[in-house]
Amino acid sequence: MPRLRRNPPGVDPKLLIKDAAKLMPDPTRRLFLRGGASLGALVFLTGCDIVDSLSAERALIKVSHFNDRVQAWLFNPNKLAPTYPDSAVTRPFPFNAYYPEDEAPEVDKADYALEVGGKVDDKKTWTLDELYALPQETQVTRHICVEGWSAIGKWTGVRLSEFLRRVGADTRAQYVWFRCAEGYSTSIDMATALHPQTQMTFQFDGQILPRKYGFPMKVRMPTKLGFKNPKHVMEIAVTDKYLGGYWEDQGYNWFSGV
Amino acid sequence: MTIEASHDRAIAAPAPAGGVIHPAWVRLTHWINAVAVAVMIASGWEIYNASPLFPFRFPQSITLGGWLAGALLWHFAAMWLLVVNGLVYLALGLATGRFRRKLVPVRPREILADAKAAFTGKLSYDDLSVYNAVQKLLYLGVILAGVVVVLSGIAIWKPIQLQELTALLGGYEAARYVHFLAMAAIAGFTVIHVVMAFVVPKSLRAIITGR
Repeated sequence: MPRLRRNPPGVDPKLLIKDAAKLMPDPTRRLFLRGGASLGALVFLTGCDIVDSLSAERALIKVSHFNDRVQAWLFNPNKLAPTYPDSAVTRPFPFNAYYPEDEAPEVDKADYALEVGGKVDDKKTWTLDELYALPQETQVTRHICVEGWSAIGKWTGVRLSEFLRRVGADTRAQYVWFRCAEGYSTSIDMATALHPQTQMTFQFDGQILPRKYGFPMKVRMPTKLGFKNPKHVMEIAVTDKYLGGYWEDQGYNWFSGV
Repeated sequence: MTIEASHDRAIAAPAPAGGVIHPAWVRLTHWINAVAVAVMIASGWEIYNASPLFPFRFPQSITLGGWLAGALLWHFAAMWLLVVNGLVYLALGLATGRFRRKLVPVRPREILADAKAAFTGKLSYDDLSVYNAVQKLLYLGVILAGVVVVLSGIAIWKPIQLQELTALLGGYEAARYVHFLAMAAIAGFTVIHVVMAFVVPKSLRAIITGR
């Protein structure tokens, strides 16, 4: 891992950080702390220009992993998210993604076949009609975004724990991983996967889940931040391997429980 | 030394000339806190910018983290420093009797009199070991704001797992405002605090060297 030494006089530390980013051994590795701006304030605060982005980032990622463990310890599998009356539902419910609304993935109902993989007994795929036939329930809960805003929504679907039971998942495995139509992915801890409010969602506010909210299926978990609630889910895998996720790999805290 | 130490512990007694105004634990926790608060506020402003509560954003040049994920990494790392250091400070402040000796009583009439004296340039800063009433009020206020900012931060961080705390603060959305306002109180205090350090330079020396 390249490290910056003390800057020679007259050298712009911001340019050096950019150079350091270029020196990273793995070209696919992203710098979580983007650009010089990330350190500008710290340099200003400490008057210290020898702190480099990479070592700061590595230390912060270590703390983030520690925070994953703290959150897993804090997580109470029996604690339910507060529920609200229908009248509290935020209408219109905000659309939020890393793509504009008109670029939301279009999944064809007829072609849809949910793939199930990893440590499960039955790896057969599931059509939408088969999924719709499973016992469904409705929750009105608060969706909390990593950005800070929140909104109350009404989601209807099948408990993920019920689905995992039906496919004979090894619930001693550590993770459940989700792959989405457009390449998004995320993974969660088994305890959250088995939480009674973690739901394979097929309806929003009494309507078939619209495209913008994740047709044909999203996974709703009120105990985690919004980005951990994947939309357009095409594959579910039970695994002991840490697979991270789209945002997690860019520096967002993996557990992200609320 | 024995006489000085016991004298220092006497209620409301000014430290003798040449004595220690701020013991080592006060200085250490003060500067750790300064770093922690600076990181928390600068990264907090970047987090605020992702979903502002008011019709303004903080200029990115004064925020920390570069973008939301970076700011969150800083915020959720420095929180440990802030909380652990803050608990050590509160525990020692109570256990050593420093809070009782230095911060109370704080009487409204004295606050008014000292505030008036301060604004007319008549307030004496000769003895740094004794806090004037305005100082006492501000120090107690910022300690309170520190407690509120941490509790509201925890309420926003864990609104399901610790939902009783979140409910106590009026729910998730209300807790965001509480968190912001407590930050604003601490930032406001910091401005006055830093200005006063320049107005009374020997106070800056005292928090570094103790004397």
